[in-house]
Amino acid sequence: MDKERIDQIIDKHHGEASSLIQILLEIQAENHWLPKEALERVGERLQVPMTRIQHIATFYKAFSLVPKGRHQIHVCMGTACHVRGASRVLDTVQGVTGIKPGETDLDLKFSLETVNCLGCCALGPVVEIDGKTHGKMAPAQAAGVLKNYD
Amino acid sequence: MSRINSPAELEAFRSNLLSERDPNKTCITLCSGSACHASRSREVAASIQEEIRKQGLDGEVELRRTGCHGFCERGPIIVIRPEEICYFQIKPEDVPEIISETIKEKKIIERLLYTDPATKEKIIHESEIPFYKNQGRLVFGSNVQIDPKSIDDYLALGGYSGLAKALSQMTPEQVLEEVTKSNLRGRGGGGFPTGRKWAESRNAPGDTKYVIVNADEGDPGAYMDRSLLEGNPHSVLEGLIIGAYAIGSHEGYIYVRQEYPLAVENVNIAIRQAEEYGFLGKNILSSGFDFTIIVHKGAGAFVCGESSALMTALEGKAGEPRPKYIHTAVKGVWDRPSVLNNVETWANVPLIINKGAEWFTQHGTEKSKGTKIFSLVGKIANTGLVEVPMGVTLRDIIFQIGGGIPGGKRFKAVQTGGPSGGCLPEELLDLEVGFDELTKAGSMMGSGGMIIMDEDTCMVDVARYFLNFLTDESCGKCVPCREGIRQMLKTLTNITQGKGKEGDIELLQQLAEVAGEASLCALGRSAPNPFLSTLKYFRDEYEAHIKEKRCPALSCKELISYYIDPDKCKACTICGRKCPSEAIVGGKSQIHVVDQEKCTKCGTCFEVCPTKYGAVTKISGEPVPPPIPEEARTIVKKSKEK
Amino acid sequence: MSEILLNIDGNEVKAKEGMTVLEAARSAGISIPTLCHHEKLEPYGACRLCIVELDMRGWKKLVVSCLYPVAKDLMVTTRSEKIDRIRKTILELLLAHAPDAFDLQDLAKEYGADRDRFEKEASFCIHCGLCVRYCAEVKKKYAVGFVNRGANREISFIPEVASKECWNCKECFPLCPTEALQAAYVLIEALTSPLPSFKRKGGE
Repeated sequence: MDKERIDQIIDKHHGEASSLIQILLEIQAENHWLPKEALERVGERLQVPMTRIQHIATFYKAFSLVPKGRHQIHVCMGTACHVRGASRVLDTVQGVTGIKPGETDLDLKFSLETVNCLGCCALGPVVEIDGKTHGKMAPAQAAGVLKNYD
Repeated sequence: MSRINSPAELEAFRSNLLSERDPNKTCITLCSGSACHASRSREVAASIQEEIRKQGLDGEVELRRTGCHGFCERGPIIVIRPEEICYFQIKPEDVPEIISETIKEKKIIERLLYTDPATKEKIIHESEIPFYKNQGRLVFGSNVQIDPKSIDDYLALGGYSGLAKALSQMTPEQVLEEVTKSNLRGRGGGGFPTGRKWAESRNAPGDTKYVIVNADEGDPGAYMDRSLLEGNPHSVLEGLIIGAYAIGSHEGYIYVRQEYPLAVENVNIAIRQAEEYGFLGKNILSSGFDFTIIVHKGAGAFVCGESSALMTALEGKAGEPRPKYIHTAVKGVWDRPSVLNNVETWANVPLIINKGAEWFTQHGTEKSKGTKIFSLVGKIANTGLVEVPMGVTLRDIIFQIGGGIPGGKRFKAVQTGGPSGGCLPEELLDLEVGFDELTKAGSMMGSGGMIIMDEDTCMVDVARYFLNFLTDESCGKCVPCREGIRQMLKTLTNITQGKGKEGDIELLQQLAEVAGEASLCALGRSAPNPFLSTLKYFRDEYEAHIKEKRCPALSCKELISYYIDPDKCKACTICGRKCPSEAIVGGKSQIHVVDQEKCTKCGTCFEVCPTKYGAVTKISGEPVPPPIPEEARTIVKKSKEK
Repeated sequence: MSEILLNIDGNEVKAKEGMTVLEAARSAGISIPTLCHHEKLEPYGACRLCIVELDMRGWKKLVVSCLYPVAKDLMVTTRSEKIDRIRKTILELLLAHAPDAFDLQDLAKEYGADRDRFEKEASFCIHCGLCVRYCAEVKKKYAVGFVNRGANREISFIPEVASKECWNCKECFPLCPTEALQAAYVLIEALTSPLPSFKRKGGE
């Protein structure tokens, strides 16, 4: 992500330190992760110490400090999905992808995250891949769905 | 659109709007909430538009994409008005027929109707379906009629008349008094009296005050606030503006999770429209009152649902809670008086101002007035959002509205109040829903999550689940929460893995005391509730795990084994083919056997074994019988023998 | 500033408006244990060891004294069976991380805390935040901060800042209740391997 684009985002928020989280969210949304140079630029422009940026970037779940895979898998671990067997679905997804929640595989194919509720409780257990919701998942089905991605 | 400058202009605009709308014109409303998007609601909308055009009905039929209708189990849903014909689980393929048969020929398509599971009767009208019939939708009801992206739809239903009334006929003190008299209590969790909070802030010193919508709905399994904000954003805005007027605030925040993109989009559109119409900005409706709203997206931290943490986040910092010995109503964002209420609380305000506190207090119980929206999820037939008057029993919600437990299973518990709440057993099904009643029973109202659990749900595992959630979501600042609940989680995990020991329950109780009494904020102080309530009502399950290494619900992976009953296996080979770990030995005409070494206990074999055979079983607390010898595995069909 | 009279453990104590209960108690020579408190720093309220009991007309309430403001006729109890039980457990929880810290051991003796109650996970840091806050509030250098949340919370130096500022300062070291072990450890780690703090969300 180039410096100019980062500056544009910062300018949109009038360079205010209180907009720090909003600025980081926009960078994350466009770039899919927060490179160190971007954080440094934000700190410099907003006059905010790196300690605070680092805390925010690791405190909130939306942010990633490493590049993400081509496909984002979100396994819903909401309570409704949990009582319908989400943890067994997660086990299978981990088995198929070889990664744990919060990780990205070496080929940058998949990034796996657990989420606390996607609010599609009628469809639980739910797995979301690249924003597409796959409902009423059983372990075997989840494995089948993942095969469609490369 | 030109600005509306006075209450009289608003009424003139409204009557003009209504005169232009033909109540007899056919209108197809389609729910387009986030949950229905997952069930292809967008494709359905596209194909309705296409068919309207194809079948030459342009201008005669209107498609209105509304917010959530609440009956998510059967989504996407369409309601054809004015007849109020209701079709469920619509697929794009159904659309041509709906247009040609129902819209053009006025013929009902039987297969798309709701079938009452009890009577097998087909029901045509929305209001006659038990799920809707037994609710009382004061706040959520407009969702089914409004396109959330259209302020005119909201105005057509009388929108912003509460604001006009407050600004033109009432002083801020009178607004405050009305809200106080209504006994409205916070819908976000604690049930704090809204009027008292407002008064505290109004009376606090300082010229700059803030009002805040807490839309950081984080309880897993709860999506009431999202559906309201997505489906009827103006009702929340109107409440917020009225509140700001009462308190003397000129700046408001909406803190909404970025995980709710549609809510963010709709609320931003609503703000722009309200500005354009003059309900936001300078000199609103010529009253001299100014008010603006800023949307702040939450970056994903459950703790930010706690009011002081949310305010810290608004300031652009990591959302750590602050001690509240001085209330945030006095010292909140930037140390200024700040009133924070939940989405649903704000949405109640226009109703109270419009219809009066007296009307409002007719609904509900003595101490809990009005209605409450619950998200009814889990092991329930009718997953969805339900709004009922306070005082309705859990039984009515779960069985009458929710349709009971699917699959012939037995109800075990209902979890209310999210991670801060607790699990209530069958004996308490006749409990009337209210703030104090739920707290007394060891749970809480919370924001309205209601997760139903059946006989297959392990209650120790449920406690472990919530503690795991909270360990991750704790901000980590204070010791009782960070360390206390982490140790509770470790102990609970051990118990569910068969490593529980004598004394674990007592240890958990002591940790629960420390976290519950000494934590800095409500997250930590309520964190022990899932454990305490399950221990109170399901102690036998804890003891079975610890003493017998047995999971009575046959759910804890480390404590169960899958076993194929050789007398029941018909060698249909399905389980063997579906097993992802090649742990099932067997072939055609061979009784199948689970290789316990290879089995990962994913449960696939159990799920796919045809019900008529029911050969795959779960065993807990006793050894798995040895596999039958290989030479005895061949199934010889008797008919062929002869 | 007006004078406020309150009662701590049966003693009448004079305090100034704006003081905390902890300050009032200490000014009267009544000791309350703390781990995250420091006179030069803003009150923090993280270790919760300074918890005390208030008697509000018969209704008992637990608060942390480092944050609770003094008020007229406040009735404060600094030791009770319940307070001691909570302090004991808090100490035990912390001893799992820093079993050899002298400050903790002294307090453990006083409250009968068992050093071995919880499984050891020696990370040395007890997250009192003294180093972080001192660096930010007093020195205004922001060389060390918190990262992550919940059970994964850690302190972490910003290498670029630390390499410039820390060598001649090191004023945070003596503040550490676990004998500077962690501060020194993390600093060295920060200087030798870049970005140790960015571990949590890593791919590996």
